[in-house]
Amino acid sequence: MKIRAQMSMILNLDKCIGCHTCSVTCKNVWTNREGVEYAWFNNVETKPGIGYPDDWEDQAKWNGGWKRKSNGKIEPKMGGKLGVLSKIFANPDLPEIDDYYEPFTFDYEHLQRAPEMKTAPTARPRSLISGERMEKINKGPNWEEILGGEFSKRSKDYNFADVEKEIHGQFENTFMMYLPRLCEHCLNPACVAVCPSGAIYKREDDGVVLIDQNKCRGWRMCVSGCPYKKIYYNWNTGKSEKCTLCYPRLEAGQPTVCSETCVGRIRYLGVVLYDADRIEEAASVEKETDLYQSHLDIFLDPNDPEVQKQARADGVPEAWLDAAKKSPIWKMAMEWKIAFPLHPEYRTLPMVWYVPPLSPIQSMAQAGAFGEKGSMPNVRDLRIPMKYLANLLTAGDEEPVAKALEKLIAMRAYMRSKSYEGAVDESLPSKVGMTGGDIEEMYRLMAIANYEDRFVIPTSHREYAEDAYDLRGECGFSFGEGCGEPRKAVEWTGLFAKNAATEKA
Amino acid sequence: MLNYLNQFFFGIYPYICLTVFIVGCILRFDHGQYSWRSGSSQLLRRKQLMVGSVLFHVGILIIFFGHLVGLLTPIWVFDTIGISHGAKQLLAIIVGGAAGVMCLIGMLLLIHRRLFDARIRATSSFGDTSILLILFAQLLLGLSTIFVSLQHLDGHEMVKFMEWAQRILTFRGGVSELVADAHPIFKAHLFLGLTIFLVFPFTRLVHMLSAPVWYLNRRGYQIVRTRKQSATRQPAE
Repeated sequence: MKIRAQMSMILNLDKCIGCHTCSVTCKNVWTNREGVEYAWFNNVETKPGIGYPDDWEDQAKWNGGWKRKSNGKIEPKMGGKLGVLSKIFANPDLPEIDDYYEPFTFDYEHLQRAPEMKTAPTARPRSLISGERMEKINKGPNWEEILGGEFSKRSKDYNFADVEKEIHGQFENTFMMYLPRLCEHCLNPACVAVCPSGAIYKREDDGVVLIDQNKCRGWRMCVSGCPYKKIYYNWNTGKSEKCTLCYPRLEAGQPTVCSETCVGRIRYLGVVLYDADRIEEAASVEKETDLYQSHLDIFLDPNDPEVQKQARADGVPEAWLDAAKKSPIWKMAMEWKIAFPLHPEYRTLPMVWYVPPLSPIQSMAQAGAFGEKGSMPNVRDLRIPMKYLANLLTAGDEEPVAKALEKLIAMRAYMRSKSYEGAVDESLPSKVGMTGGDIEEMYRLMAIANYEDRFVIPTSHREYAEDAYDLRGECGFSFGEGCGEPRKAVEWTGLFAKNAATEKA
Repeated sequence: MLNYLNQFFFGIYPYICLTVFIVGCILRFDHGQYSWRSGSSQLLRRKQLMVGSVLFHVGILIIFFGHLVGLLTPIWVFDTIGISHGAKQLLAIIVGGAAGVMCLIGMLLLIHRRLFDARIRATSSFGDTSILLILFAQLLLGLSTIFVSLQHLDGHEMVKFMEWAQRILTFRGGVSELVADAHPIFKAHLFLGLTIFLVFPFTRLVHMLSAPVWYLNRRGYQIVRTRKQSATRQPAE
């Protein structure tokens, strides 16, 4: 057993209002530069829809993630190491920028400089890549917002597999939900596996997956390897970039920008302990529907003294153990089992999990809403088809998702009975395998959702942190080109430098 | 004067080029690794690249290794195995010619794409376009040498070039006389070839030094950086 800690995230889709604050704040911080105009480390999709980039979920098209071979071993779906290298001159699995969208701006200046004319001047669009006029914009970062576009296009959504989708094209039966997406910081990342340069790595201390910008050579295999299409090739620098889980903020004990600014308070950040020796085993189980359980199985109970002992031996600091005990992730994903990984069938063991959303009851009478008091509606009568959610979160296994939704409904009913009707219905929690105490705790964490309950982030420990003394006078963040100002301001730390840093270490 | 130029371009210029090549690459790798990349533009335009890039790369790799082995293997090795000079030259003409045509087709596609596709043209640097055109000129020169070579199939010219290259790399003098009476096309091909070494460190060509062949040797697939490794990391990450 080798215990490692992972900083992970849960998003409560039941509360997402699709405001895109997470996307916008993330963009303003990380991707407001030339070359990554089209890149959204965090984006919010309206589901059902084909998403961004086009059909990203369809791995028959993009070959992302892992495949299980007949001998039970897994290898990247793009191919083994030779297979990856054979695609190096031209990568057939790489999306083109039009699969995302061509970034554009408008000729705003024309509005001020236009000569006197009969009609009002307009600001016409112009490509941010070629600088040429774009006559018609037919794609954007969120083209399907609130079910925009025709049903025939939207319904190509991969999650409609085994769902009779035609009926959901009718106005009366339509449904939608939001899906905010970011890098999953997987335990078994396919991007790391297919990077021929070895530039992508997972940090041992907190599990954040990063791209070493100096080592990246722009072979662009990671873009294809990642089944979530959350690695973006910067066409200006020729390097790939991705969500960093705002690691500089995490190290200082602050939540990521997307979490911090989420107005719906839907995001949770916390530490999870897991057994790193069992990653491959968990990712290799035969049946795709077993992947959710096998993923759960490698997480370790932070309250178990044996686990704590081993974790200390493996170098997990005390503050991280404490954080793991208070982790909202442990509560929601492992104890209550109301959160699920996104597309576990990709076998990457993603670490950003989702609480499935409730939706209005399809037909109130049918669902027994007018029946006896205290009875619970059947979750299968909810507007969003159970199969759709299961395809999204559990590789098609409806049972776990149904149970989670029942718990969410029970929480509402219980709290309603308590605060409105004044009579607590104690039979409710037991129907979903919980106690009244559990429900109250769930309510505090998910409905009240205080800042300090949502974000349990240990600061970077002394033994984890770099020696800040060596970094004095440096420029904080840069994208590898020094501080923008004189080169000599940056100390030379290469082959020929006197290199005080290594001597000190 | 002609003698002096000859002396300079085929006796001294090679050392200037090789020095700049080696020192330049080391300095750039050491100091500016962030700029060390392949510079792929596939994301912006897939068309023409899928075929063009594969033909170009495969062709040019065959040509490159053909030159490397053909020029730098001592001639006695061929004599010992029993490959006659004429046969070696014929082999070079056939393999080089085939790879050259492959490379030519690929390069025409890539050049068309680089010059006439609005997106690619707008995002190309001066270096990107010029190195492509230099390589194209070099390829054309190389292909035209075939017609010169066909006029003397005994291989003695080729042996002279081998001798020239090997003497340069082993710091033996008097090399320029070896190629003094070569056909102008050969001379131009040699000069441009040396120039490619000269500009190499300043272009995207450096990516070939990072060809990730050692990826095949990686144990397993995953890479985890431990604290100790990340403690020495640069802020650029």
